[in-house]
Amino acid sequence: MKLVRFFFMSMVWVFLAYGLVFAGTLNDVKAKGFVQAGVNGDLFGFGKPDEKGVWRGLDVDTARAIAAAVFGDANKVRFTPLTAKTRFTALQSGEVDVLTRNCTQTLSRDTALGLDFCQVNYYDGQGFLVSKKLGVKSAKELDGATVCVLPGTTTELNVADFFRANNIKMKPVVIENTAELAKAFFSGRCDCLTSDASQLAGNRAVSPNPKDYIILPDIISKEPLAPAVRHGDNQWKDIVNYSILAMINAEELGITSKNVDEMLKSNDPKIQRFLGVTPGNGEALGLDEKFAYHIIKQVGNYGEVFERNVGVNSSLGIQRGLNALWTNGGLMYSPPFN
Amino acid sequence: MRTENQKFKSVSTENVKPPAVNIGLIGWIRTNLFSSWFNSILTVITVYILWKTIPPFVQWAFIDSLWFSTGAECHEAGGACWSVVLKNFRFILFGFYPHDQQWRPLLAMGMLIGLLFFSRNRNHWNIYLAYSWMLGLLLMGFLMKGGILGLVPVESIQWGGLPLTLILSVFGLTAAYPLGVMLALGRQSRLPIIRSLCIVYIELIRGVPLISLLFMSSVVFPLFFPEGVTFNKIIRAQIAIILFTAAYIAEVVRGGLQAMDRGQYEAAESIGLNYYQTMRLVILPQALKIVIPPSVSILISAFKDTSLVVIIALYDLLKTTQSTLTNPEWMGFSAEAYLFIAIIYFICCFFMSNYSRRLERELNRSNR
Repeated sequence: MKLVRFFFMSMVWVFLAYGLVFAGTLNDVKAKGFVQAGVNGDLFGFGKPDEKGVWRGLDVDTARAIAAAVFGDANKVRFTPLTAKTRFTALQSGEVDVLTRNCTQTLSRDTALGLDFCQVNYYDGQGFLVSKKLGVKSAKELDGATVCVLPGTTTELNVADFFRANNIKMKPVVIENTAELAKAFFSGRCDCLTSDASQLAGNRAVSPNPKDYIILPDIISKEPLAPAVRHGDNQWKDIVNYSILAMINAEELGITSKNVDEMLKSNDPKIQRFLGVTPGNGEALGLDEKFAYHIIKQVGNYGEVFERNVGVNSSLGIQRGLNALWTNGGLMYSPPFN
Repeated sequence: MRTENQKFKSVSTENVKPPAVNIGLIGWIRTNLFSSWFNSILTVITVYILWKTIPPFVQWAFIDSLWFSTGAECHEAGGACWSVVLKNFRFILFGFYPHDQQWRPLLAMGMLIGLLFFSRNRNHWNIYLAYSWMLGLLLMGFLMKGGILGLVPVESIQWGGLPLTLILSVFGLTAAYPLGVMLALGRQSRLPIIRSLCIVYIELIRGVPLISLLFMSSVVFPLFFPEGVTFNKIIRAQIAIILFTAAYIAEVVRGGLQAMDRGQYEAAESIGLNYYQTMRLVILPQALKIVIPPSVSILISAFKDTSLVVIIALYDLLKTTQSTLTNPEWMGFSAEAYLFIAIIYFICCFFMSNYSRRLERELNRSNR
C-alpha cells in the first residue's frame, strides 16, 4: 500500500515538476489561439452564464481582460466552470491557463498547492445583514442578538471570535442550507444574518422588501479574491497581474471604454505610456504595445466592470467599499505603468 | 348459473335488474373501496389526504401561478412561478450552446428520438437499421460539433443541458451493454487469467461509488498527462459512466447465464457448436431475455446517475437548472424548476420501462 502511494505521489510530482520546467503559458496560449479560464459558474456577479448562455461576472470580465491583453480581442477566451473541489487540480494539470474563480488568497494555498496568486480583483469579507427596524448602526451594537449562520464554516468561527473580542453576547441560529438560512432570517427568526458581504448583498436583493434591510459597515474577516496561475511562470503571472492593474490604473487616470479613443490623443505622458502611444510597456511584458488600450476599449476600467456586474445599480447592489480606488479610501492601487 | 336457468325457464319475463347498490357507480365504490371495514378506513384516510393536498397544489400550481412574468413579480405573488422555467427555457435545455445555433442540438435530439422510436418495433431490426444508426449518430455529431458545410464550430465544452444528458446516457448505455455481456462471459470463462481479470474488474468497479470514479476521471487522470495535453472533459465522464454501468450489467447478465439449464450447453455441444456459436446462437438469446427486467432497471438508474456529472461541473440538465436558480432574480423558485426537470426525467424513464415490458411480452409470445 505504501509503495503504491509512493508511486502514485511521485507520478503526480513528476508531472507537476514537468509543468514547472516547461512552463511557457504565454506561448501555449498564443499557439492555441485562446485563453482557457477556470470560473465559478454558479456565483451571480462573479462567474455565471446568463439566460442566453453568455458568461457574465467580475471574474469573467477579468479573464476577458487577459484575452484582450494577449490577443487584442476580449472574445478569445473560453470558460471552464469549476467546482470548489476541482478548481486547483484543473489549474495544476494545465486544463486551464488562469483561475479566475473567486479564490481567497491564503498562505497555505499560495505555497502548498503550487500556485501563485495575482492582483486581487475583489476584496470580500464577512459582514452582517440586519433589518432597518432594529436601528443598529454598527455590529458592535448587536449585544444579545440572535445570529443566523451556516454551521461548520469559517464564517461561524469568525462571528464567534468577533463577539467574544468585543465582549458582547450572541445566540447563534445554525441552519445547514444557504437558501433556508436566508429564509429564516427574512421570516424574522434572527436579528442578523452573517456571511460574505457579496453574498449578503445577493440575499438582500431577492428579499421581499430589500429597502428594509441594510448591510452593516463592519467587515470582520479578510477574503481577498484573486486570480491564480501555476507557480513558476513569471511572465504569465506578470501578464495576468498587469491586465488587472491596467483596469485599476485606467480608472485612476479617468480613462473609460467610452473616452479611451480620445485619450489616445492626450498630452499627458502618463496616459501616453499607459495606452502604448509611447512604446515600452508592451514589449516588456511580451505583449502588443496597445494591450492596455484593448483592455479598456473592450472590457472597460475597473470601475465600469465593478458597476456592471456587482455595483449599486446591478441586482447585487454592492457599494465599492474596500474595492474603491485608494484615492477614495479603498484598497485598489496600481503601481505606475512606467 | 342462475341467469342461464332463468333464460331457459321463461324467455318472456322482463329482465330483473340487480339491486341498485350492486351496479353502476355505487356498486363499483362498494366493491372496490368499501369491501371491508379495513378497506373503508384506508379509503377514508386516503380521501382525506388527497383532499388536504390536491386543492392547495392546484391552487399553487395553476390558479395562483405566474407564467410569463419577471422574477420580481414572482416574488410578490404567492403561487408557482413557472416563469423561472419559461424565461430560462433555452439555457436549461441547451446550456452554453450559442443562442443562434440552438436549432442544431434541437435537430440532433429530434433525430435521436426519431431513431429510438423507429427502433422500437422489432420488425425493423435489421442490418439497415444498424447502418442508419451509424449514419444518424455521425450526422448528430457533425450537427453538434459543426465546422463543416458552413456550420459554425461549437466546442464540446459548450455542449450542455438535455443534449448532454442524452449523449451521456445513450452512448453510455449502448457502450456499456456489450461490454457488460463480455465481462459476464469472461467471468464464466474456463481460462483462469480472463476469469480473474474480469472478477477483479467487476468487483473493483462495484466497490466504489460513481462519484469517486467521476472524480478520478476529472481530477486525477489529468495530472498524469503532460501539460497542455488535455482530454475532453465529456469523454472522460463518458468513459467513467461506461466502465461503471458495464460492471453492473455484467453481474445481471451473469445471473441470466447461471439460470440457463446445463442441458442447453450440453445440447449445443452435442450438435458440434463451438464456444462462440454456443453463446451466440443458444445461450445468450435465452439468457438476455431472462434478464430484461433487471437490465432495464440498471439502465434506468444509469440514466439518472448521469446527473452526477454536476460535481465535475459538466452542465447537464440538472446543472443548468441549478445554475439558473443562483441568479438572484430567480432565487427561491427551486420547486418549480426541479418539478420541470423531474417531468423530463420521468418521461425518459417511463419510456424505457414501458418499452422493456412490451419487449418482454413480445419475446414471450414468440416463445410459446
